Amino acid sequence: MVNNLVEVRDLVVDRGGRRVLHGLDLTIEQGSVTGLLGPSGCGKSTLMRSLVGVQQLTSGRVTIAGAEAGGKELRSRIGYVTQAASVYDDLTVRENLSFFGRVLGAASDAVAEAIATVDLADHADQVVGRLSGGQRSRASLAVALLNAPDLLVLDEPTVGLDPVLRRDLWALFHRLADDGAAVFVSSHVMDEAERCDRLLLMREGRIIADDTPAHIREKTQTDDIEGAFLALVDADSTEERDRP
Amino acid sequence: MTPRILLAVSQRVLTQLRRDHRTAAMLLVLPCVLMTLLWWMFQDLPGGLFDRFGPALLAMFPFIVMFLVTSVTTLRERSSGTLERLLAMPMAKLDFLGGYAVAFGVVAAVQAALAVALSVGLLGLNVDGPVLLLGLVAVADAVLGTALGLFVSAFARTEFQAVQFMPLFVIPQILLCGLFVPRGAMPGFLHGVSDVLPLSYATDAMQTLVSSSATGDVWRDLGVVVAFAAAALGLGAATLRRRTP
Repeated sequence: MVNNLVEVRDLVVDRGGRRVLHGLDLTIEQGSVTGLLGPSGCGKSTLMRSLVGVQQLTSGRVTIAGAEAGGKELRSRIGYVTQAASVYDDLTVRENLSFFGRVLGAASDAVAEAIATVDLADHADQVVGRLSGGQRSRASLAVALLNAPDLLVLDEPTVGLDPVLRRDLWALFHRLADDGAAVFVSSHVMDEAERCDRLLLMREGRIIADDTPAHIREKTQTDDIEGAFLALVDADSTEERDRP
Repeated sequence: MTPRILLAVSQRVLTQLRRDHRTAAMLLVLPCVLMTLLWWMFQDLPGGLFDRFGPALLAMFPFIVMFLVTSVTTLRERSSGTLERLLAMPMAKLDFLGGYAVAFGVVAAVQAALAVALSVGLLGLNVDGPVLLLGLVAVADAVLGTALGLFVSAFARTEFQAVQFMPLFVIPQILLCGLFVPRGAMPGFLHGVSDVLPLSYATDAMQTLVSSSATGDVWRDLGVVVAFAAAALGLGAATLRRRTP
């Protein structure tokens, strides 16, 4: 049975007088890793902000477990990682996590657990500002894991990470999904597509494909997602030309 | 509002300050150095000038310093994404603002304790009223500075801009608070303006405390300062938006 945790209906968002999202419809299911792929600037972050409830919507609806996105009762059930590492540079990894843990009312052992999960135990008492970019973004990711959220919204969490770590993180996302969470991950790197259970391809504020990676390749008769993306864009512009 | 979250914010802010040795030292030592400078400057002049200017300065330090520190730190929260993350969590706006106000209130209490102890103990400032009340006024000033700093940080896009708000929000208050010209001797219009500026009341309170042991007026002035601080916190809360464009 498919269990949709997130439902987006006809979502339109304008930012700075420009339409960024053009009436999106999509769902995100529990227990799976859904990837959101598209070039930078196509509206991925805006869509993610809309799910978390920090984006002003122009029209349309986003509901999570039946409640309006951003509602009070949802705030402790969503883990959100912004593109820039949203942690305090002048605190240690442990201090950051303890602080956010207290805000969330997380269990006391959640901090050590989250640090271990993102493999930062060796750096737990280092000030975040002195860590590498990849370590900082892992510290930021750890914050999102503190309260075992039902929905994880991760905006490009694997950018700039070493391949081994990237593989480990994707394994982690799948473990979280197996435990019942809905994991929604964005990336502008097409080769991460194969790691998702389901893919949303996005371009210029529209979803141009929504299926499993295998089905998308099959339908477009291509070998990889990058090829599929190009085929879809080409087909789209041919259609536009052929319109009277 | 949740006390657990509010206290988590204050504790975090204090940890950040403790880590930043230079800022911590500036917050605590600088007022003492400036008070000493003032005392030294007036030392050879007759007329008890230190007793006249000292109290106003004691009112001003916590206000100016907290205004600056808060406007820059909250701006940093806005631009680094930590504020967005916190507002996506179960945090009320007043938890955030209150957390900052409590943390800087504590710093102000320590700052005031040091500056007052030095002024009264070593530099010979004559305080006729209760010294503790002097500290209380200083803490209220700090909370006022914090609240105003939070408010203006909403209108600055960079830390550079945030610092520029200082001359706009603070210097007119210093000029009109009665330090240079007694407020009663100002042109009517300016007197009216100084009546609606919070630092005037803070300065009045300090000056009354120094020159008389009657505390009725001090409590009234203190009430006005606290009311201004509460109003600024309310305005600050209004500028914190969960949903942004």
